[in-house]
Amino acid sequence: MSRVDVSALTVRFGRRDAVSNFSASVAPGEWLCLIGPNGAGKSSILRSIVGLVESTGGIEVNGRSIRGLASRERARLVAYVPQSPVLPDDMTAFEYVLLGRNPFVGTFRSETKHDRSVVSGVLAQLDLDRFRDRYLATMSGGERQRLVIARALAQEAPVLLLDEPTTALDIGHQQQALDLVDGLRRRHGLTVISAMHDLTLAGLYSDRLALLHEGHLVSQGMAADVLRPETLAEFYNVSVKVHQEADGTVIVIPVRQLG
Amino acid sequence: MTPTLRRPRSLVISVAVGALVVAVVVGVIAGTSGIAPGRVLYEVLDRLTPGRLRSGLNLRERNIVWELRMPRVVLAGMVGAMLSLAGASFQGVFRNPLVDPYLLGAAAGAGLGATVAIAYMKTLRNSWPVDPIVALGFAGAVLAVIATYFVGAAGGTRTSTSLVLAGVAVTSFATALQTYLQRQDDDTRREVFSWILGRLNTATWGDVRLVAPYIVFSSAILLLYRRQLDVLRVGEDEADALGARVASTRVWVVAAATLGTAAAVSVSGLISFVGIIVPHTVRLLGGSSYRRVLPLSLLVGAAFLILTDTFARTAAGGDNIPIGVVTAFFGAPFFIILMRTRSVVR
Repeated sequence: MSRVDVSALTVRFGRRDAVSNFSASVAPGEWLCLIGPNGAGKSSILRSIVGLVESTGGIEVNGRSIRGLASRERARLVAYVPQSPVLPDDMTAFEYVLLGRNPFVGTFRSETKHDRSVVSGVLAQLDLDRFRDRYLATMSGGERQRLVIARALAQEAPVLLLDEPTTALDIGHQQQALDLVDGLRRRHGLTVISAMHDLTLAGLYSDRLALLHEGHLVSQGMAADVLRPETLAEFYNVSVKVHQEADGTVIVIPVRQLG
Repeated sequence: MTPTLRRPRSLVISVAVGALVVAVVVGVIAGTSGIAPGRVLYEVLDRLTPGRLRSGLNLRERNIVWELRMPRVVLAGMVGAMLSLAGASFQGVFRNPLVDPYLLGAAAGAGLGATVAIAYMKTLRNSWPVDPIVALGFAGAVLAVIATYFVGAAGGTRTSTSLVLAGVAVTSFATALQTYLQRQDDDTRREVFSWILGRLNTATWGDVRLVAPYIVFSSAILLLYRRQLDVLRVGEDEADALGARVASTRVWVVAAATLGTAAAVSVSGLISFVGIIVPHTVRLLGGSSYRRVLPLSLLVGAAFLILTDTFARTAAGGDNIPIGVVTAFFGAPFFIILMRTRSVVR
């Protein structure tokens, strides 16, 4: 169980601030979802936490800054599922998930029996063990997405970052993937930070939403507090109806403008 | 896509080792001097187990075996192994299956260095401890890649794409200079062309001793990085997020592959296609993990160049066909077939 604290995070691309002074604390086992229109800075926040873009400000896991850490040490704390993962066609599912063990294997060494058993366990847990010797090219979009999550789990990192994890999936596979992450964080106490476009799903699965606009944090809180028609109209330039179910689920429905 | 068949690692390595042994045997016994192959084998076994066998070869024949064929086979093996290993490593570090060891300007730099030596240093050949063509070819290859490395960072960041583009620029520049210099006279032009088409026909034990340390050192470094090259298959960003040391892997792999390639081309001239077709062939044989591709490229590359060089020196009677012509002759059709095979070019 790990706590994540981001303070005054700023990401600058040239003269433009992609993220400006973003701060958030995510409790152990909590799921924070970043939402906002394209270019709001969601991916930049995730990428800066994992060290893929330069940024200023504090990034701490369990009170310890991860800025000075070698990529190997950082990868033991934070696992990252990118928006468009690269899945080499001619790599097998087992080989792909085994990459998740890289942070535990010396540069010039090979994986141990323990590493292989961790991968076998993750594949079994995600019901992927029957695919272990299959080539990635022969697998469906849903199976590939589960494999990417499996690779992240093989890292055994307490913090999981997901960048648009369901964008390429149909509604059924979206639900499966998010249920999977939700189940894993409940069982293993993973702290999850995700970026998502589907506002209903974002509100349904996360504990808290953070709405970004042009790099600034403009609203955060429970789904019912953030997903308001007037807020979404202001920052997404969209007309929506928001419906709240008896169990608290917030549903965002776009309203057709013409005719 | 047609999935590559997965065969046990030990079987594939054994087959590759067997192919290399066969290639060495064929390379040593085949020739145009009329020595019976069986007696050549006895001669080699006699040297390995002194006094037990008698080949019956006279001094001239023994010299042909030990001073002409053997260093040529060993040098062809080392050059083939190095070019294939460097090609596979470049393909891994640049995540591009179509690149070869000459990508970053090593060939053009070596060509320019060799041309300078041929055009201006003919008189120094006997006074230098090392043939100036070899020395300047080596220096040209290394300097060209160093130039590529610095030009590739001119835009601020050094990425795989910027390095490849810088390699294109440096290659064009070095080739332009070389073309200008080789216009000097007919002799220079002829000798440069002969060098460009590859030359193993002048191989000596001195050449072997000269390049062996570089090739052994470079190969060892590249083989050490084979697992890191597998991590890089998911792209530099994801590899970084997985804790890989992306920048240092790229530097070491490029440096080792360049050093080895420079050593190989300095003694052999430009031998084309080996660095592309061998790694792709071994991917078809043993899968695409670099843990297999690199050691297999080394073994199969050595076997391939020994066999093509044996063909080059025996197919036209006593005339040596330039080795680069033979590798291109077999390599080009293979490459076309490869381009049509979706699974490996993707």
